[in-house]
Amino acid sequence: MHADPNGVLTGVHFLDGDHACCEGTLAAGARFAAGYPITPSTEVVERFAWRIPTVGGIFIQMEDELAASIAIQGAVWGGAKAFTVTSGPGFSLMMEHIGYAAITETPCVFVNVQRGGPSTGLPTLPAQADMMQAKWGSHGDYSIIALCPNSPQECFDLTVTGFNLAEEFRVPVMMMLDECVGHMTEKVVIPEAGQIAITPRRFTYKSPAEFRLFEPREDLVPDMVKAGDGYRFHVTGLTHDERGYPSMNVETQDRLVRRMRDKLKPFANGRAVFEAENLDDAEVVVVSYGITSRVAQRATQMARAQGVRAGKFRIISAWPFPEQHIRELAGRVKAFVFPELNLGQMVHEVERCAAGRAKVISVPHAGGSVHKPEVILQAILEAAR
Amino acid sequence: MSEAILDIPLDSTKTAINPVEPYLRMDRMPHIWCPGCGIGTTVNCFARALESSGLNLDKVAIVSGIGCTGRVAGYANLDSFHTTHGRAIPFATGLKLSNPELQVVVYSGDGDLFAIGGNHFIHAARRNMDIKVICVNNLTYAMTGGQTGPATPTEVISATSPYGVFEPSFNLVQLAEAAGASYVARWTTYHVKQLSRSMEEVLHKKGFCFIEVLSPCPTLYQRRNKMGDGLDAMKFYKEVSKVRHGAPTSECALTRAGEIVVGKFVDRDRPDYLELLNRQMTATLGDRYATPEVTCSEG
Repeated sequence: MHADPNGVLTGVHFLDGDHACCEGTLAAGARFAAGYPITPSTEVVERFAWRIPTVGGIFIQMEDELAASIAIQGAVWGGAKAFTVTSGPGFSLMMEHIGYAAITETPCVFVNVQRGGPSTGLPTLPAQADMMQAKWGSHGDYSIIALCPNSPQECFDLTVTGFNLAEEFRVPVMMMLDECVGHMTEKVVIPEAGQIAITPRRFTYKSPAEFRLFEPREDLVPDMVKAGDGYRFHVTGLTHDERGYPSMNVETQDRLVRRMRDKLKPFANGRAVFEAENLDDAEVVVVSYGITSRVAQRATQMARAQGVRAGKFRIISAWPFPEQHIRELAGRVKAFVFPELNLGQMVHEVERCAAGRAKVISVPHAGGSVHKPEVILQAILEAAR
Repeated sequence: MSEAILDIPLDSTKTAINPVEPYLRMDRMPHIWCPGCGIGTTVNCFARALESSGLNLDKVAIVSGIGCTGRVAGYANLDSFHTTHGRAIPFATGLKLSNPELQVVVYSGDGDLFAIGGNHFIHAARRNMDIKVICVNNLTYAMTGGQTGPATPTEVISATSPYGVFEPSFNLVQLAEAAGASYVARWTTYHVKQLSRSMEEVLHKKGFCFIEVLSPCPTLYQRRNKMGDGLDAMKFYKEVSKVRHGAPTSECALTRAGEIVVGKFVDRDRPDYLELLNRQMTATLGDRYATPEVTCSEG
């Protein structure tokens, strides 16, 4: 299925990451957004509020992030593709509803344009310190997908991907931008609608009599329905059986929680999104994501110029973590260098996957700016010694 | 004794179906509510209102929050959503806006709607969102063991106010009117006919509608306050309730043992959210305005 041309602003544009992300939501088929203003993310929904009345959809500014993050789920069960947008403090408030989306398997997208924290932190300056929160922030065991664009072009492209993945796996998808990527303006090419692949919602083909709301298909993902079609279904945040009815016992809990984890295995095993460069002969691999990858790119080039065989592994899908690739690299490289705009978050995942087979060097930065390439270069040179 | 009763052969030709059964998920019975609890009574009234409304029930959705009343959605034979604590109204907002042909009913308790969810209540009323909010007010957090809530009257003993509540409580009907609700009524579980009628009325009324139902919680609220059982609550409601349609809501505050003013207090016509949206966009964008088509198509 291809994009609805109504929402696709085909052409060559000069857009910032937030606006490009908005165009991505429209191209992906989102016709409902709920938001609450927060810097540096608001431009995504500002543009949506400006664009959507002529496309045919609804933007509503809710009273807080709790409301925004559940209103979109009401909209999804009403039949919409929907998303919300926020930054650190709002992301914290949305945690409960990320859990609700996970257990009710509600396909939706949360855009987080990361800023410095904790708490109000640095409202106008970048960080990448919500990466663990994106994965673990709501209580209980659950799985999500997180994508990390590093340019306005990717803000467009990956937002479309994010909506498609949300539909395919019925998980909440986190678009993990950062203030720099959100606010940098670059060329963005938006293709024609016919060239944008869209994953349609997989509505059930069964009749109401034979339909069970959480009966998974062979891919462990149940089919969707929407309210008003006569299915008389029940959705609950309680642990539930395949009918969707609450069931307070160990067996149901085990079956449900394991399935919610296992349904993402096909993504984790072979569909990780990443960008690799110069890995064939690499002795040091610089791992990075988001805005930091652009600084890391420079540092890697500087290291090559100094004779260090440095390679690049840019994480694009951060969750599920691309473990297979890191494990494979760990068996043949000397070290990983991992700059992040936090005091060391995703680097723990690299350490876990390297399992002592390669050195792992964290290059932390508390946020508010980006690394200087020289700092990363220094770490690469030390790693190569 | 019970075995002897079971031994009596059932004559299927003489078995009558309870008229509310088609409106309930009978495969989920028995429900979780205590003997004497009033929530079931309100559900019975709701079922009768659905029946008499003549609505296509495939197009009626029910949304609950968390708590004893939060379980209502799970028993209603409708598209039903048991959401998070306090967030039934914003969920219902998204549901209604994405699929406006649905009649969306929010069915939840006083703690859920007015403490943790209070902000959403006033904003949905302000927007005149076209949803119908039914609040079963048992004056306490019952599911968690009978703690003080925003509707608990002063002097009441609760699990978290062992020496008596001293905080002032909300007057829910006044709050609803002040925030902009199009329809405001209050009944008790003694007033089953009137309650059913009010429910039916809001199912046909546009805009944000609010019905408060005083409902007994013998297990926690009444036991702690030596107010007897479920039957005593009915007697109490009968004695102290005064029907005063159109009464100023400012005069309808509840106290521990004083008069309960019931009736329909507000019934006014205001344009609802979608009407305002369409009006504004048409005025500013003219032909460029595309009427919202929010639902996505199948593959």
